[in-house]
Amino acid sequence: MSGVPAEVLAIVLLGATLVVAVVRPRGLPEAVVSVPAAALVLALGILPLHVAAEEARSLGPTIGFLAAVLVLAGIAERDGLFAAAGTWMAAASRGRPVALLALVFVVGSTVTAILSLDATVVLLTPVVFVTAVRLRLQARPHVYACTHLANSASLLLPVSNLTNLLAYRASGLSFVRFGAVMALPWLAAIAVEWLVLRRFFASDLVGRSVTDGGRRVALPIYPVAVIALTLLGFFVTSIVHIDPAFAAAAGAVALVVPTVRSGKASLRDVARAADVPFLAFVLALGLIVSAVSYRGLGSAVDHLVPHGSSLWSLLALAALAAVLANVINNLPAVLLLLPAAAAGGAGPVMAVLIGVNTGPNLTYVGSLATLLWRRTVRRHEAEPPTSEFLRLGALTVPPVLLVATLALWLSLRVVG
Amino acid sequence: MYVMLWLAEGTWEGCVDAAAPLIPGDARVSLLYVVAEDVLDAAGAAAEGLMGRWRPRPGLTEQMAAEATASGEALVAAAAGLLGRADVGQVIRRGRVEREVVQAAEAADLLVAARDGDRSRLGPHSLGPATRFVVDHAPCAVLLVWPDEVPDIDSIPPHPEGGRRDHSAPPHGPHPPRPAHGEPLPPDRR
Repeated sequence: MSGVPAEVLAIVLLGATLVVAVVRPRGLPEAVVSVPAAALVLALGILPLHVAAEEARSLGPTIGFLAAVLVLAGIAERDGLFAAAGTWMAAASRGRPVALLALVFVVGSTVTAILSLDATVVLLTPVVFVTAVRLRLQARPHVYACTHLANSASLLLPVSNLTNLLAYRASGLSFVRFGAVMALPWLAAIAVEWLVLRRFFASDLVGRSVTDGGRRVALPIYPVAVIALTLLGFFVTSIVHIDPAFAAAAGAVALVVPTVRSGKASLRDVARAADVPFLAFVLALGLIVSAVSYRGLGSAVDHLVPHGSSLWSLLALAALAAVLANVINNLPAVLLLLPAAAAGGAGPVMAVLIGVNTGPNLTYVGSLATLLWRRTVRRHEAEPPTSEFLRLGALTVPPVLLVATLALWLSLRVVG
Repeated sequence: MYVMLWLAEGTWEGCVDAAAPLIPGDARVSLLYVVAEDVLDAAGAAAEGLMGRWRPRPGLTEQMAAEATASGEALVAAAAGLLGRADVGQVIRRGRVEREVVQAAEAADLLVAARDGDRSRLGPHSLGPATRFVVDHAPCAVLLVWPDEVPDIDSIPPHPEGGRRDHSAPPHGPHPPRPAHGEPLPPDRR
């Protein structure tokens, strides 16, 4: 199949994949539709097999990397890392809400940068909520700090966000250089979040708790050491030109083996942490978007996307990426924008990441489509947040985009 | 007389301290704490919004709600101890805080609430959104107490018209010259 029908069918399949990912009919995993859709794209020749093979070769290590980081975070949780972080924050805050918020910022930014935004949203946020309620302090500012930082603080390293892992392959940057370029934008984004949240929640950050935050959970030394060594491994492998995904895999194995042996986690828990349906979804989505780009949308996006590394083009690109992320979600947005941005080098790729990573804070649930759908059905476990928090998104996202992109522009001048 | 005390994180001890000497000895007293549904939802919705992550942690919201309820019960029990009265009712609700408080106060004759909001800048909007809603919609009399130190009368800035006391003019501007009605300051706490 070729020409206009091929492009139309590819777009229809992408649409179906995204709709199912948002709607989740009957609570089925997203892969149930995305994998057959990708198979159809290949079977009908919409994406030629040699292009698909190339795409899969580039996505394969990314997905392996993702799986390793998910396992690392999931097993560390089993070992009590996040529970320990919670009781540590409770003790170190000495019951002062502003101090607790500052600690949540430090821990949230660190966890997001090293163990990815998934770890912050799924594993750290519940711990922070429980920490605040046990201290009898308002949980609201701390929970929102977590959900915001999961996005804004995911700029630093390739492992911090799946979007970064995808862009990292496309940009051709080394792990170390990626981190060096993004350090300043990362700090700038966190600083803006702090200034806005501190003010926005001023009325919730009152009082002082004299309650102790429950039994102190000791920091599990072994998982912390494994994670620290894995982080070191990322830098070392990067310097000696070995794929850092190997360091992630080694770290995951080093953590899984003793945890499973001691019975703290079963192999089922490991498989659940790796989230195979999610990995299949990412591969399938990558192939479908690749087909859409290959059949003509790629050159259309290329015309639409601002080129060059001037401050204005970087700002325009970050804003475009943020808007697209809010319309169709950040994964498809980054997959669509990457080929065109990568042609311009590291600067435009990083600007796209600033947009797709920090932009979703506008809606909290990933995209406008998700938000509207969840609002409509109201049958999911959790309802999307209220207007108060959409206002917070509107207050943080534009300044974060502006300041982080400005920092990126400066960083590109210094680091190159 | 049925008095209900609405207790919230950060201000509950001050609320009990301030209210205790004002509650008549023969009054029936209940302590109310509300688990904020929107905060639970915020934590859960972020996890559910991750694209492609099929059911990242089922039951998460309910686990957190159970923790919040247990903490609320402990808070109310501690407040009952602080109040030092026999036979204090304890009410835990879950939902939108301000709406639940108004609902719970339906049978009460008096609702005692601590001011929330930023108390470093007094004036219009210094009440937080939840207290503002409760003051506006409560189905009974509301006693608003300072959860910490009562501000000095000097905290009122000078009248914008240069200190002329013209009582015929309606109060306007950021700080009305007269103390707001319904905020009794007991003499011993001035």
